[in-house]
Amino acid sequence: MTKVRIPPTLRNEVGGERELIGEGDTVREVLQDLSGRYPALEAQLFDGGDLAAFVNVYVGGEDVRTLDGLETRLNGSSVILLPAMAGGC
Amino acid sequence: MAANRLAPSLLDLVGNTPLVELSRFAPGPVKVYAKLESENPTGSIKDRVAKAMIESAEVSGELEPGRNLLEPTSGNTGISLALVAKLKGYPLTCVMPSNATAERRRVLELFGAQVIESPGEEGSNGAVRLALELAERDPSYFMPFQYANEANPRAHYEGTGAEIAAALDRVDVLVAGLGTGGTLMGTGARLRESFPGVVVAAAEPLPGEAVMGLRSLEDGYVPPILDVAKLDRKILVSNEESVTGLRRLLDAEGIFGGVSSGAVAHVARKLAGELVEGVVVCILADGGWKYLSADFWEADDVAVSMERTVWW
Repeated sequence: MTKVRIPPTLRNEVGGERELIGEGDTVREVLQDLSGRYPALEAQLFDGGDLAAFVNVYVGGEDVRTLDGLETRLNGSSVILLPAMAGGC
Repeated sequence: MAANRLAPSLLDLVGNTPLVELSRFAPGPVKVYAKLESENPTGSIKDRVAKAMIESAEVSGELEPGRNLLEPTSGNTGISLALVAKLKGYPLTCVMPSNATAERRRVLELFGAQVIESPGEEGSNGAVRLALELAERDPSYFMPFQYANEANPRAHYEGTGAEIAAALDRVDVLVAGLGTGGTLMGTGARLRESFPGVVVAAAEPLPGEAVMGLRSLEDGYVPPILDVAKLDRKILVSNEESVTGLRRLLDAEGIFGGVSSGAVAHVARKLAGELVEGVVVCILADGGWKYLSADFWEADDVAVSMERTVWW
């Protein structure tokens, strides 16, 4: 059971929910579980079998792109989804 | 910094910033050093980037007298460009989100730059989008565009990174704030040459809900100069953690930093805690002066007071 925080940009796809609970041991499994229940999510999160370019996924506050990507194991940590945003001032 | 420097102009005083040990902020067997980019002429790391982008465009012939400069910026890059533009004689227009702090706008206007506001709720993405539109419509604009300009990371490769490599015999971890990616890409690449095992870690802001008002993920933006594969760690920092870091830096070391400095210091301490021994270097991009009008310094509810602004 993994808590997944949903950013405002993806709430239309999930009926307005701010947080969902997903099942699975890895990021891929949890995101696929959510996509199964909210099919509009899939096209937003995945590009082919990979993570879409404009979505960032964090496990325990760290970007999975610097961990094991979609295969990152959750081990009880929660997941945060965020849109890729321009930073830098 | 050399003592009693005599410089022909402020542009000659960009870079060569000092490193200071944070032995009270981060006590223990791991040494943590902070590179104080607030010591640059306009008070931020962006002096390096602005100078490098303009001078490389002059050398390549892309930028000639008579052109107008245009840049999307919520502050520091604009202020640095304003100094470079003034000394080199180019007019400057900055596109900034309407919710950037008042000090930033005032400083830009005092330097003689024109400010165009983009919708605050669109954050930096909105400023980038509007600036790209303006540049397309009016070819008299020259847009250095720090997000895609290779002179940005190069300034950190040749400057920031080379200075750290010259000052220290060992660096195990580098921590810097993630914005355009220029600091991390350039400094990281240079440090990897001298210290092959160095861990390059990004401190990334966890944005408030109010500044994530993008209509869809397709409105997102990944700076072309940022290659996430070259980062070893990429760590989200909440506004509360940034402000806690800031207050601790001030209390323990007397360092009055900007918001991203608080986040970077927070991550540096966390990563130092993961090591048994070694050296962590963190880059503090600016000082706290431009954030004085923000109410987080005393507010108990930091999360709410910071929610509506993009901080770095």
